[in-house]
Amino acid sequence: MDSDIRRMAIKDAKVLMVGAGGIGCELLKTLALSGFQDIHIIDMDTIEVSNLNRQFLFRKSHMGLSKAKVARDAVLKFRPHINITSYHANVKDAEFNVEFFKQFNVVLNGLDNLDARRHVNRLCLASNVPLVESGTTGFLGQVTVHIKGKTECYECQTKPTPKTYPVCTITSTPSKFVHCIVWAKELLFAKLFGDKNQANDLNVHSKDGDSTNHKEDVFERSSEENFDEYCCRIYDHVFGYNIEVALTNEETWRRRKKPTPIFIRDVLPKIKTKKNGILFENGSVSALPSVGLKNPQEIWSIAENTNVFLEALKLFFEQRKKEIGNLTFDKDDQLAVEFVTAAANIRASSFGIPLHSLFEAKGIAGNIVHAVATTNAIIAGLIVIEAIKVLQDVNNNYRMTYCVEHPIRKMLLMPVEPFEPNKSCYVCSETPLLLEINTRSTKLKDFVEKIVKNKLGMTSPLIMIGSTLIYEVGDDLEEDIAANYTRNLEKVLFELPAPVTHGTILNVEDLLQELSCNINIKHREEFDEEKEPDGMVLSGWTSQVDKDRTTSSSTEPQIKDNNVIISKSEEVFRNKRKLSEISKSDEAATGKEIDLNDDDDDDLVLLDEDPGHSNKMRKLR
Amino acid sequence: MGSDECESGGHKAEELTAQETALYDRQIRVWGVDAQRRLSKSHIMVSGITGATAEFCKNIVLAGIGSLTLMDQQLVTEEALQANFLIPLDGTDYGEKSLAELCCNSLRDFNPMVQVSFVSGNLLQFDGEFFDKFDAVIVGHSSSTTKKIINEKCRNRPKPVAFYTVDCRDSFGEIFVDLQNYTYSKKTKDGSTTKCCMTYPSIEDAIAVPWKELPKRVTKLYFAMRVIEKFEHSNGRKYGETGVSDLSDILNLRKELCASQALNESHIPVKLLERVLAAGGKEHPPVCSIIGGTLGQEVIKAMSGKGDPIKNYYYFDSYDGKGVIEDISIPIAT
Ligand SMILES: [Zn+2]
Repeated sequence: MDSDIRRMAIKDAKVLMVGAGGIGCELLKTLALSGFQDIHIIDMDTIEVSNLNRQFLFRKSHMGLSKAKVARDAVLKFRPHINITSYHANVKDAEFNVEFFKQFNVVLNGLDNLDARRHVNRLCLASNVPLVESGTTGFLGQVTVHIKGKTECYECQTKPTPKTYPVCTITSTPSKFVHCIVWAKELLFAKLFGDKNQANDLNVHSKDGDSTNHKEDVFERSSEENFDEYCCRIYDHVFGYNIEVALTNEETWRRRKKPTPIFIRDVLPKIKTKKNGILFENGSVSALPSVGLKNPQEIWSIAENTNVFLEALKLFFEQRKKEIGNLTFDKDDQLAVEFVTAAANIRASSFGIPLHSLFEAKGIAGNIVHAVATTNAIIAGLIVIEAIKVLQDVNNNYRMTYCVEHPIRKMLLMPVEPFEPNKSCYVCSETPLLLEINTRSTKLKDFVEKIVKNKLGMTSPLIMIGSTLIYEVGDDLEEDIAANYTRNLEKVLFELPAPVTHGTILNVEDLLQELSCNINIKHREEFDEEKEPDGMVLSGWTSQVDKDRTTSSSTEPQIKDNNVIISKSEEVFRNKRKLSEISKSDEAATGKEIDLNDDDDDDLVLLDEDPGHSNKMRKLR
Repeated sequence: MGSDECESGGHKAEELTAQETALYDRQIRVWGVDAQRRLSKSHIMVSGITGATAEFCKNIVLAGIGSLTLMDQQLVTEEALQANFLIPLDGTDYGEKSLAELCCNSLRDFNPMVQVSFVSGNLLQFDGEFFDKFDAVIVGHSSSTTKKIINEKCRNRPKPVAFYTVDCRDSFGEIFVDLQNYTYSKKTKDGSTTKCCMTYPSIEDAIAVPWKELPKRVTKLYFAMRVIEKFEHSNGRKYGETGVSDLSDILNLRKELCASQALNESHIPVKLLERVLAAGGKEHPPVCSIIGGTLGQEVIKAMSGKGDPIKNYYYFDSYDGKGVIEDISIPIAT
């Protein structure tokens, strides 16, 4: 009987789950109920209150504990006789190497970020273990199966790497609310509360460079200044004075709407001295109660934003003094969210951009992915169904499945035959890449950051030119060798011990991921600051990314956490891109989606519109 | 769990509490504050605890409905435990505790803001008034007769009670939805809001739709389920009390039904019937997760008045991986 064969395949399987979050909790439960006996689960995160609406294995009392560990214990309560091994660790840690991966029959991903997904993809390829990959956003979701040599790998279709904003958009010419959020979070917040040694473009420089003799310590509080005076001065400086200086660069405003400088005296004619903020139950501080605000869904007036700004700033200095100097923005830090919301709104107002509520601003600033329990449950079920197929080795029966919000051809779950591996994929085939770069002005460190880490997603790279090793990451390097690498990082490419010039082939390898690729160098002098802000262009495999980006304008940009970088949440992007293809094909049913056989409802044909694949018909059975 | 603290002048009354906002943050980003507020006032009853309804209960309790009432007199059996994660297996003696009572305890734990309780007794013993307490009734693990009776009771109340049935038989699952006359507002592409009205048939009327009048290419599972249902009913079997040994009887029934309905027998393949028979009442957990997730989403839609609801059948089959909506109703003549 079918179910007996299934049971046997499940019973003997050893599976690795990566991620114990929204999908992970559902997945672990379903695996355990389905009869899996040996499950390993990795997750580096701890439990937070906003997880509890869907990560049903966790309770309020578990806040702060390891997700992997708590999930394990919760599942063992209803399935005590199975083996679950939990790792409170980062899947990118060196202990999870190819040898580690090789012990599993299948790897199941329930991850929330591109980096980790790419890393796991590479380890699965290197260890030849099948991977079932998944993602959800709101009501949308998808499950894909990646088997080396049989189906495409996770990276066969290009993924958007975080987009860099041109600095000037953020510092002087914002046109969207997200630009104001980035400014508030990455520049203003970082300047006031972060590491003082970090370079920061917050101050606006006038054209003749008079800011060189401008007091650099404008953000320092002088001894005779009280907090209220200081906060007002900062306000006038960043929202008033800086805008006035910017306005002197007339060239900038020839084709743009001029911003309006905002000074406190215009917004709050009379400044009242306010009470201190109120300490929340959980120990976090908020500026909202003392300025009479409460509803996070409401859009504050400019005066209200000003009050929140001043109050939050003051509270940071009064109540969180110790943290100042090493704070980075955290979406779970209430006061930080209030500060960033207010600052972004005031700046938005200056530039004529619509204001947003705290709730919305928090979503943008924290890159919060929309999530509901039901989609995760559905996706987890589909992962297990595919995993069982993999274990039973049912050939050619794998499906990638899309979960959609609005039915497409009566379907809410749409299975599609998986793609074949992309022959020009640098990850699963050995296709060289092409890099256009100015070899006479670009330093090795920029290449390592922007290309090797950001674009190629390598964590412990090793760079060779011919037989010369020019850079390597590792804990066990000899001191002098490490010093040599550090020196190389600061060198311009053509000055390296083995010079990089037009025509050079660089070999970049990641030992942990067991991935190696060759990059052909093409020297180029000029780059467009707006369109090519990296100052270098990687192509071959990545060429489709930019094309996709410009055509899928419907996806709202979201901000990535660390730098002044922004990307569409990659899940949203991946979902929407593919879904948009499907719905496009659905709307234009003629020619794009064809019923082959009218009296058999099990056949349907979709035209593959993916630019990475030649137009071929795929057939569902 | 209404909030009583936010009736300040001019502002919209009844904001969510800070606690609710923090807990439901991620889903409010999906369906909005108003939908969340309506959800928190909905009262839902589930009769028949199976793997699929357990999944469903988890989903709606997490989502933050107002209250959930469980009904299932069964004692714990191996079959009942098979796809159910709500019952701890820590060696405790379940004694005379019913499935409903045991699951109730776990569900309360999932979200302290939702009232979870259980009612003893059998669904059929309650009169119509009992159903007035609920906005939606979900029936799992029940005979077709029970489904029809309860559906009628839900339809004959002063305030409409949404009615759903859910069945998972190993590799596939079926959901039936009756929202009677359902009106909801919908955002159009240009950003304006329009009212949508939908009329649902009862389960009895849906099943009575002649097969030759059904839309072309209705999933074969629909027919297979009707054959099995009929078989269980006319042979006095309980829900899911079938096996492969019933195949020849089933094939006779198929012949009979197809003849009377003028449907080609090939629309109900032998292999499919075999699969359904072999499944009996057993559930496959991943299918429960998918069907329970879909049903959860449907009930959330109906209770919050947000989103297009399914009309009126939904099928998921792990064999082809499709999740399909089927409209089984007599088209209104225009
Ligand atoms: Zn590939």
